[in-house]
Amino acid sequence: MAQKYNIKNMPREEFFASGHRGCVGCCLALAVRLAAKALGPDIIVVNATGCLEIISSAYPETAWEVPWIHTLFENTAAVASGVEAAYKVMKRKGYFPADRPVKIVAMAGDGGTADIGFQALSGALERGHEFVYICYDNEAYMNTGVQRSGATPYGASTTTSPAGKASSGQKTWKKNMPLIAVAHNIPYVATANPSYPFDLMNKVSKAKDVKGPAYIHVFAGCPTGWRSPSDTPVELGKLATQTGVFPLYEVENGKWTMKVESQLKPVKEYLTASQGRYKHLSEETINIIQDRVTREYAELKSRCGIV
Amino acid sequence: MSKRIGIEVSVAVAEAVKLCNVDVIAAYPITPQTHIVEAIADLIANGELDAEYTCVESEHSAMSACLGSAACGARTYTATAGQGLELMHEVVYVASSMRLPIVMSVANRALSAPLSVWGDHSDVMAVRDTGWIQVFCESGQDAVDMTIWAFKLAEDKRVLFPVMINLDGFHLTHVVEPIVMPSKEEVDKYLPKNSYPKPLDPRTPRTFGSFAPPAIYTEIKKSQEVAFEGTRPIIEESFKDFEKHFGRKYQAVEEYKTEGAETILLMMGSYAQTASLAVDELRAKGEKVGLVKLRLWRPFPFDELRKSFAHAKRVIILDRSISVGGPGGPVASEVRAALYDAAKRPAIVGFIGGLGGRDILPENFVELIKKGQSIAAQGQEKFEMYGVRE
Repeated sequence: MAQKYNIKNMPREEFFASGHRGCVGCCLALAVRLAAKALGPDIIVVNATGCLEIISSAYPETAWEVPWIHTLFENTAAVASGVEAAYKVMKRKGYFPADRPVKIVAMAGDGGTADIGFQALSGALERGHEFVYICYDNEAYMNTGVQRSGATPYGASTTTSPAGKASSGQKTWKKNMPLIAVAHNIPYVATANPSYPFDLMNKVSKAKDVKGPAYIHVFAGCPTGWRSPSDTPVELGKLATQTGVFPLYEVENGKWTMKVESQLKPVKEYLTASQGRYKHLSEETINIIQDRVTREYAELKSRCGIV
Repeated sequence: MSKRIGIEVSVAVAEAVKLCNVDVIAAYPITPQTHIVEAIADLIANGELDAEYTCVESEHSAMSACLGSAACGARTYTATAGQGLELMHEVVYVASSMRLPIVMSVANRALSAPLSVWGDHSDVMAVRDTGWIQVFCESGQDAVDMTIWAFKLAEDKRVLFPVMINLDGFHLTHVVEPIVMPSKEEVDKYLPKNSYPKPLDPRTPRTFGSFAPPAIYTEIKKSQEVAFEGTRPIIEESFKDFEKHFGRKYQAVEEYKTEGAETILLMMGSYAQTASLAVDELRAKGEKVGLVKLRLWRPFPFDELRKSFAHAKRVIILDRSISVGGPGGPVASEVRAALYDAAKRPAIVGFIGGLGGRDILPENFVELIKKGQSIAAQGQEKFEMYGVRE
C-alpha cells in the first residue's frame, strides 16, 4: 500500500530546497515541494525547460537534493525513457544494486506537456516506461511572458490571446490532457491541486508504486501570469476545484473515482476572484464557461459511475 | 579468433554493436539506416545481446533517450540518416555540450526537398559544428572497426564526447563485403567497461543541465572547446591502440599513392574506393596523381592535411553536399581554410557531385581529375557541380 500522508506524518526532509527563484505565491513550487516529499530520495528527476527548470537551476546553484537532469523543452518524456531504460538494464546486468528502488520522475509545464512535448509524452506512455510524469499546469507559457498554450482556458487573456475590443481572450477550450493520458491505457492517471496538499501527496505516493507509466496533472496557480495578488493562488486553487473548473479525480487501471463537490459553487466566483486574466469577461462569456463546466462535470461523474 | 566473412555492412555494424555489449539502443527507423536497427533488434530477440532497445517515436526522442541513458552511465548507441539527423538536430548539440559519450552511426542520406532516400553528405554537414567527434568510413571493415573504436574513444575519461560514424547510405550500408569480424574475447580485451565518472544516481545526487546566465555561458563553451581540442592527441593514440589490438591501421588523414603526386584528389567516405581505381589508371600512364582520404572530419585535422599537401601542386576536392550560396562544398572550404596559412599552397579546385545517390564511376573520376587540372592550369580556383545533365 502506498504511504498516506496527513498533518502528523508529513516528512520533514526537503528534496526541493528553499532558495529557488520562484515568484512569491508560485503554486508549482509548492506542488513540486510536496511531490518531492512524497517521492523521497530514491528518484531521478527529468525536467523540461520552463518555469521549474529556470527557478531551480541557475548555474552554479541548484534547489535539487535529488539527481536532476534538464536538457531541452519538448523531450522530457523521451529523456525519462532513456533514464528508465538505462536503470532497467544496469540492474539486470548487475551494474547497479537490483534491490535498490530508483523511480524516474518527469516534470514539465502545460506547454511542455500539452503542446511541444506532446509527441514525446505520448510515445513514452505508449511504450509503458515505468515512470511518473507530473505536468504542472499554470495554464500558459509563463516563463516566456504569459503566452497562450493548448492548456490555456477559454476566455483567459494572455499576451498572445489578449482581450481587446474585438476579442474576449483565449478562443479555444483547454486541451484535456488527463483524458488523453487515460486514452493511452496507462495504469494510473490523476489530477491534483496543491491547495489540497495531502491529496496531492497521496496521489504522488500512489503513482510512485505503479508498475508502468503514471500521469499526474497538477493545477498550479500563477500569480504573475494570472495577474493575481501573490497571497491568492492557494485560495484560487480551492475555488477551481469547488466550482468544478479543476475537478480532482483518479483513473486506476481504467477505474474512475473522484472527489465530488456536494454543491458546486458558481464558476463566476472563481473567474471574478482577483484574476486579472479574466477581468474582461462579460456575463455572457461567463455563462458559456459555466455551461461547459457543468456539462464536463456531469460527464466526469458519469465516468465515475456517480448518478 | 577473428573471422573473415561475407556480410552486409549494416548487419556487420549491428554485430559490432553486439560485440561492444551495448546497454541501451534508442532508435527510430529511417532508410537507409533500417538494416542496422533491424539487425540489432534481431540480436536482442535471439538473446545474443542483453540490451534495452527503446523504439522511440521520432529521432528527436531517439537522441533525447540517448542523453538520459548515457547520463546514467549506460553504454548507449543510436543510428539515423538524413531527415532523421535533421529532426534530432538540437539534441545533437546537447550530447556534446553535456559531455555524454553516445555513439551514433549515420547512414548518410540526401536532404529534402525533393525527397531522396539515397546517399550524400548533406545530412552530416548540418551537424558539423555540434561538437561531436566525426569520422567517415570507406569500407565495411571501416564501419565495423570504427564502431568498436568509437565506444572506447567516447568513454575515455579524457574525452567524454559523443562520436558519429558516417557511412554512405546504400553505397556502403547495403553492400555485402568481406569483413574481418573481431571475436568477443578480442573486443572484451580492447574495450573496458563504461565507467562514466558522474552518473545520475540517487546515491550521489547531482544537477545536470543547469541553465547558464551570461556570466558563465562563455566560460562553459570555452571549456568545451578546450576539451574538444584536447582530443586530438588522444584520437591519434586511439588509432594506434586499435592497430595494436586488431592489426588494422587508421589515421585522421589517409593517403593512397601520394608519393611524388603533383595532383591530389581528396574526399570522404566510400567513393574513395572508386576514386582509387582512377588513380591506379592514371598512375599506370605515368601521371603523378594521388588520393587523400579524410577519415576524421571533426576535430578537423589541419596539421595532417598541411603535411599531406606539402608537395602537391593542385588539390581537387569532391564534396557530396552543397552549401547553397556559400563558398562551394563544405570540405573544400575547410581545406582551403587549412591551407590558407601554408607557406606553399597548392591550387584548390572543388567539385560537388554524387548528390542524392548519383554514382561517380572510375572513368568519371579520371574525367574529374583532368577537368580539375585544367581549371587549375587556367589559374582559377573555383568550384563547380560535376555530372549535371544540362
